[in-house]
Amino acid sequence: MEQGRIVKVAGPLVVAEGLVTSRMYDLVRVGKDGLMGEIIEMRGDRASIQVYEETEGLGPGDPVEATGAPLSVELGPGMLEAVYDGVQRPLDALERMTGAFLTRGVTAPGLDREKQWEFVPTAKAGDRVEAGDIIGTVQENKVVEHRIMVPPGVSGTIATLAAGTYTVTDPVGSLTADDGTKTDLLMMQTWPVRVARPYTRKLSASEPMTTGTRVIDTFFPLVMGGVACIPGPFGAGKTVTQHQIAKWSNAEVVIFIGCGERGNEMTDVLMEFPELVDPYSGEPLMKRTVLVANTSNMPVAAREASVYTGITMAEYFRDMGYNVVLQADSTSRWAEAMREISGRLEEMPGDEGFPAYLGTKLAAFYERAGKVECLGGGGGGGAVASSAADDAFGADGLASRVGGDSSDSASAATQAPVSTSASVAARIGSVSVVGSVSPPGGDLSEPVVQNTLRVVKVFWALQDQLAFQRHFPAIDWLTSYSLYLDKVTPFWNEAVSAGFRGRRDQCMAILQRENELAEIVRLVGLEALSAEEQILMETAKSIREDFLQQNAFREDDQFSSLVEQDLLLKTILLFHEKAIQSHDKGMALKDIFAAPVRERVTRAKYLTGEAAAVAAEFASIASDIETQLVGGGTDDGAYAARAGGEQ
Amino acid sequence: MREYMTTRDIVGPLLLIESVVDVTYGELVELEYPDGTRSLGNVLEVNGDVALVQAFEGTRGANPSQTKAKFLGRSLELGVSRDMLGRVFDGLGRPNDDGPEIIADKRLSIQGSPINPTARDFPDDFIQTGVSAIDGLNPLVRGQKLPIFSGSGLPHNELAAQIARQAAVLARSAKADVVGDKLEGEFAVVFAAMGITFEDADFFTQEFRTTSAIERAVLFLNLADDPAVERIATPRMALTAAEYLAYECDMHVLVILTDMTYYCEALREVSAARKEVPGRRGYPGYLYTDLASLYERAGRVKGRAGSITQVPILSMPDDDKTHPIPDLTGYITEGQIILDRNLHRRGIYPPVAVLPSLSRLKQKGIGAGKTREDHADLSNQLFGSYARGLQAKELAVILGEAALSDDDKAFVAFADAFEDRFIRQGKHEERSVAETLALGWELAALLPRSELKRIKDEYVEKYLPTGTDA
Ligand SMILES: Nc1ncnc2c1ncn2[C@@H]1O[C@H](COP(=O)(O)OP(=O)(O)O)[C@@H](O)[C@H]1O
Ligand SMILES: [Mg+2]
Repeated sequence: MEQGRIVKVAGPLVVAEGLVTSRMYDLVRVGKDGLMGEIIEMRGDRASIQVYEETEGLGPGDPVEATGAPLSVELGPGMLEAVYDGVQRPLDALERMTGAFLTRGVTAPGLDREKQWEFVPTAKAGDRVEAGDIIGTVQENKVVEHRIMVPPGVSGTIATLAAGTYTVTDPVGSLTADDGTKTDLLMMQTWPVRVARPYTRKLSASEPMTTGTRVIDTFFPLVMGGVACIPGPFGAGKTVTQHQIAKWSNAEVVIFIGCGERGNEMTDVLMEFPELVDPYSGEPLMKRTVLVANTSNMPVAAREASVYTGITMAEYFRDMGYNVVLQADSTSRWAEAMREISGRLEEMPGDEGFPAYLGTKLAAFYERAGKVECLGGGGGGGAVASSAADDAFGADGLASRVGGDSSDSASAATQAPVSTSASVAARIGSVSVVGSVSPPGGDLSEPVVQNTLRVVKVFWALQDQLAFQRHFPAIDWLTSYSLYLDKVTPFWNEAVSAGFRGRRDQCMAILQRENELAEIVRLVGLEALSAEEQILMETAKSIREDFLQQNAFREDDQFSSLVEQDLLLKTILLFHEKAIQSHDKGMALKDIFAAPVRERVTRAKYLTGEAAAVAAEFASIASDIETQLVGGGTDDGAYAARAGGEQ
Repeated sequence: MREYMTTRDIVGPLLLIESVVDVTYGELVELEYPDGTRSLGNVLEVNGDVALVQAFEGTRGANPSQTKAKFLGRSLELGVSRDMLGRVFDGLGRPNDDGPEIIADKRLSIQGSPINPTARDFPDDFIQTGVSAIDGLNPLVRGQKLPIFSGSGLPHNELAAQIARQAAVLARSAKADVVGDKLEGEFAVVFAAMGITFEDADFFTQEFRTTSAIERAVLFLNLADDPAVERIATPRMALTAAEYLAYECDMHVLVILTDMTYYCEALREVSAARKEVPGRRGYPGYLYTDLASLYERAGRVKGRAGSITQVPILSMPDDDKTHPIPDLTGYITEGQIILDRNLHRRGIYPPVAVLPSLSRLKQKGIGAGKTREDHADLSNQLFGSYARGLQAKELAVILGEAALSDDDKAFVAFADAFEDRFIRQGKHEERSVAETLALGWELAALLPRSELKRIKDEYVEKYLPTGTDA
């Protein structure tokens, strides 16, 4: 490989000369320590290189080695439960090598070379296979079955393939291409991070992702394969919201990218996820999680790469037929890394110093999300079909995630990503992307937010005023939106209840109306409102406090199933309806609002346990509402008398 | 000898030196100006045989033809040793008191290295500061970085000194409803002054002296009349000393950095001299990353007994929280304590604006065993109720007190009492967390019981004071 020489060092940017056969985005090794870098600009025989490690101590004349290959990640068994830096160096291995502090020039492969995996072939010698076909499986851990695929661009006839215990670099078999050349089949493939992995076709996404966070699931839902952003000033709740989704969503694989954020937040995930039990699989949450941690004090160029490293891993799991959710916290830090590198390149700046291509890069990143028909056959030897049946994420898994009883949601099961009956059907997978945005001063008009809003379909707007009141999640119900709402409604009708969408819309309308009325109250006082309006104000308060507010740190509050969410809405709206009726019949507002059942409504969100028991409890609250408001009132003869009995 | 007299340009704090050989990025440079003035500097950029050097002690007295530049082949370092305790240094780590030179145990690059996220231990030991507005609502934990956002004329120094004086760790308690005992004398203090006045620095020095905290303190002082660019090195000096004390001498270190605003202005000065494309308000686009390289040096490391807790102080220009310095700081630190001019005008000390203040590590640092089981719920309730009380007060301003509902009136009374009794305390008053919680419950008792929605029933039963005092 050719060698060049450094001519200039300016922070994370190094310029070298003598790299003539290297190409854009090739990986190079910089200096005597062989620091990782990537070519990002070429002028004549000068190449500008962003270096993924601290450049202190580098100077003109130091060598730069070409590698001839682009920055890539290794994909194969061993990614789950791992924690990587922005260029897929395994941080736990680095800690073993160099101790608690990150030192330069140390590297280790993304996939452990020693670890042995049990490979079970699902294809056999003589089978004709195409790119993406599944040739075997590895039970990576109790939760996720790793499906070994023919890499993109490869096809032919399997010459050999054998069960056994292998490391990721051992051939598990071999393949004869149409031109007669033989290639080894490995469990590991590599893929350049800046190139989207191929698929057969994109599909429209319509299955909701259940996150357990009420304001999201009911009001601003995300779908499997959808894209969402969470902008908000510091302390408004971006990270906690993303952690909640990483913890409780019904995606099968979670990729969490800590992009230029706090070290302790990564530690938090590392300590907490192995302890928390995934409600769907009963196993520790970490087993379905890959962490990419390039914290704010780690090199800025590697931060720029981290989102690509993460999304490439996400696509790879998608290609196996999984629903993957990728969390990027925070995309603003990624954009700032681009800005810093762009500044060093002395590029012409756009808005607020960001490079002119900011919008293009953001759009291209989010476009890598989506629900797709994967390359390769769904069958590929029947691996998918047979494994899905006893997979925790099979039909039963989905039903339990919706939280209904199984008869209600049976039809939902047919929409499961991997259907038990359709063994020859295409393999479907998805990548959903949730990106947090950290606008300076909370100002949503800044370039990163604006460019993001052009491409995402869900906008969870965090409001610092809500956070100050400790109304969490501080998602502003008046400005947030989800463009997936109509798409998920048929699913809701089937899997939750036919009235759910209507109740959701009614609550939304009440909240909107509250906002208008609040203006009047501010000017002339509550007394100026009609009784019905006062009831509406109380109901809105109940929606806010008893439904929207959700404490991520209370075990009995952090997760609500869709069915529980619907029951809560029903309860709040029943009280609303009965309150109006009671008032019509002469019950004083004061007495309505003082009904003892309200205490139970307030605490209803904390109900947990078996679906049937929870449902029974809700039924009992409903009957309390019925008896304590209109028609009941045995202990309050006065209003019944005034109302003159039934009308 | 790599000594040159080939300076071409001098712009602000920067020198462009030509025909240099073997210079590396970040290398330390010793500069000598024609009048004999010396300054340390370091290489910001090297392009072929041209090096761009920032002079920490300024360029006054320099000229192109007669300035000597000696490249030292290493980066800026601090010689560390236990003997630093009790000593005062200048902003570049040179002794600034009458004491002897430090015999270094080690020489460490002041840049430090990032802690590997897998090696961090999550900060979860409650620090009792004795200040209710902090302990009760926005508690500090060991290994946290919790800045004070202040403004000119506000008592941030008093508050920081009070924290430094009173900070103590509690013993773990075996009982959920009993707070553990206070453990004595745990913290070493590393104090870095950047651009503050002599008087402000003297306040801290005297404070440490009178409480004899000085024996376990290390001070780095760059004052208002010291070279501005030196301030870029000062917090790094302090944090290098802190890392040594924490991770090699097993000490719990409290680092006070003040004033971060002057630090950022020094960065801006260098950036402007380099003609870099500015970000917001002229601050460099890499301000976030630069600040993170300081703040992220707080923490705990697995397998090491010591810890670094940071309390940076910054004055918000114009009291504006959205100014880039507080804004970027808040994005990096684990919360913020915000001081409020209105409370201060009303004579309330410490004037902590409770609602926008935040401690992100509170969940892990409080509760049964650490403080008391009811701590989190009670603090949520106090927050929520105070917010509602303030809203009701706003309403009352427009519509008159009479227009408020009975509930709202209760909340108004609560908010007043909360400011007057909970937030307000003496500069030398130390409240144990048990006292703070008791006070919180007394105030909660001013509210209708049905409004205590954020507290678990069992805690309301157990802790809510019943009946009247009579
Ligand atoms: N759903 C929630 N439940 C309870 N507390 C929350 C919730 N969301 C946020 N918080 C509180 O707000 C703080 C800041 O949240 P975080 O997600 O770290 O903000 P951001 O990432 O926007 O800066 C948290 O430390 C926590 O105290
Ligand atoms: Mg965050």
